[in-house]
Amino acid sequence: MAWLHTWTGLVVGWVLFFMFVTGTAGYFHYEITRWMEPERPLVEALPTAERAQMISLALDQLEQRAPNAANWDITLPHYSPLSRGWQDFSIRWEDLPEPGHDHGARGNATLNPLTGEHLESTPVRATGGGELLYEMHYRLHYMDLLLAYYLVGICTLLMFMAIITGVITHKKIFKDFFTFRPGKGQRSWLDAHNVISVMALPFFIMITYSGLVFFDTTYMPTSMAVLYGPDRESRDQYFDDLYAQNHDHQAARRPQAPLSEMLASADAAWGEGQVKSLLIQQDTGEAPRVEISRIDVNELRWYDGEKQVFNADTGEALPSAPYGTPTSRTRQVITALHEGRFAGPWLRWLYFAAGLLGCAMIATGLVLWTVKRRKQHELPGTGSINMRLIEALNVATIAGLPLGVAGYFWANRLLPVDIAERANWEANVLFLLWGEAFLYACFRDIRKAWVEILWLAAAAFALIPLLNLLTTDKHLGLTLPAGEWVLAGFDLSMLGLGIAFGWMAIKVRRRWLANERKANPTTHPARMEKSA
Amino acid sequence: MTALLRRAFTDSARYRWAVFSRVLAAFVGGYVLSSLLSLLLALLWPIPQAEAIGASTMLSFIFYALIIIWAFNTRRLRTVWLGILLSSVLCLALVWWLMPGGGV
Repeated sequence: MAWLHTWTGLVVGWVLFFMFVTGTAGYFHYEITRWMEPERPLVEALPTAERAQMISLALDQLEQRAPNAANWDITLPHYSPLSRGWQDFSIRWEDLPEPGHDHGARGNATLNPLTGEHLESTPVRATGGGELLYEMHYRLHYMDLLLAYYLVGICTLLMFMAIITGVITHKKIFKDFFTFRPGKGQRSWLDAHNVISVMALPFFIMITYSGLVFFDTTYMPTSMAVLYGPDRESRDQYFDDLYAQNHDHQAARRPQAPLSEMLASADAAWGEGQVKSLLIQQDTGEAPRVEISRIDVNELRWYDGEKQVFNADTGEALPSAPYGTPTSRTRQVITALHEGRFAGPWLRWLYFAAGLLGCAMIATGLVLWTVKRRKQHELPGTGSINMRLIEALNVATIAGLPLGVAGYFWANRLLPVDIAERANWEANVLFLLWGEAFLYACFRDIRKAWVEILWLAAAAFALIPLLNLLTTDKHLGLTLPAGEWVLAGFDLSMLGLGIAFGWMAIKVRRRWLANERKANPTTHPARMEKSA
Repeated sequence: MTALLRRAFTDSARYRWAVFSRVLAAFVGGYVLSSLLSLLLALLWPIPQAEAIGASTMLSFIFYALIIIWAFNTRRLRTVWLGILLSSVLCLALVWWLMPGGGV
């Protein structure tokens, strides 16, 4: 069991570290995108008008733009706690599908609330933003999508098992939790690894299991393929059945009944200003419906918001159908836990902290692996070629990948605004820095490489607020007094990360110096665990 | 001396093969068995079929993890292979029998 735990941990450790770093950043992907689009005005004045007038203008536009749509959606301007930002007045639609298809073409437009005309948003630089960083978490990069999904799946499964086997291996897990012996080399690394793992254990079990559930029928297609069929149509049919979806619609048209009464009913139930959007849809053989949705709330069931449904012809109130099926609701809750989309600010920071603990657990596990074997090879960086490679990969990943992420933000500010493939180049910078860190660690004294790359990462993060000051007008001097916490929070978090990396660099350097002073490499005979 | 070396070599080769075989049984055999278990569960679960498939597929990852752990925690390699093969065959037979239009 100990043997399985060690190896599964090492083989996938580097990929998992990448997934944890990018996934942890993903908990703030809206905020990161906001920072990476500095052209957007500081105070986004949201144009608004009288509600009934806006809805009428939107319906005019929909009749004109989407005469053959399966559904019409009108979003009123509002603040959404789910996307932590303002939503403009906009329309969306989906055309009726061509024969043999489930979905038709989709369209959307942001509208001027006063005239109903298309409203151009502020032009921003081409950037992958927080979105791209978050996508790397499960799609990796430079890679065929399906291959990436399988790689990610294998690593996730191995981590899921590493956690379970880890719990079984550490029989004294609760005693270990209260045990920390600093400055004792290997013993300290093991203690740190144990403490971190136990602290966020429920989070790690939840995050790995729910990660698998996202791609459940991709990883375990047997039941679906046998009982529905292996082809694409069968797969679509399966998901329609699972989510109780119906694709047989009539073209959406302007409601006959007065909307004002429906809106009044929603206002009476929820209070003023709580209406988020209107959906107009007609299932074949049924009456046309108007679904009025309430502004989302920070709840686990965010996907199933409050609604009032009306007959679009008569204005009569209709019962609102429950979302999906019991199984699909279970699945939604599991994936909602993973994404934390429902989390308010405090819970979001807790998610972020748990994600960082995940990075720390994997990093300490990787370091522990080399420290444990170094006894046989004496000094760091003097062992076999394999050992040297593993150590270089550890430095490159644990210190070099964060450096790459900082580089991703630097590239956003420094790359010329008009170069081709700009968003791609931001990502290329991340991977180039990671690669260079690896090459550097291969040819440099490994102890020096650790300290130097950690310092470089510290500087790269800590200087981001300064870079921001020099390249944009959205710097701390303006964002702090204005109370723009999304932008200010980003700069301050980068400063915090810089300090954390600087602290690590100091700690690691002291450690090496202390070891060198001892000069005589002491050998501890006790191996931690005998292989099972 | 040479005899000792040779013996050490064959021992380590045998060890490597045993590990490889165990990994194969755990990961490949375990995948097959957990797939079949989820299929069997989907057939037995008395809820609409799509929901039964969804639920049993979500559970299959837990089966898979438990099977792999069992495979590494069982002393005898033969028990591992036999356990996985026999359970798979049993599942397959039950699936065959339960499939709409299959078996009986």
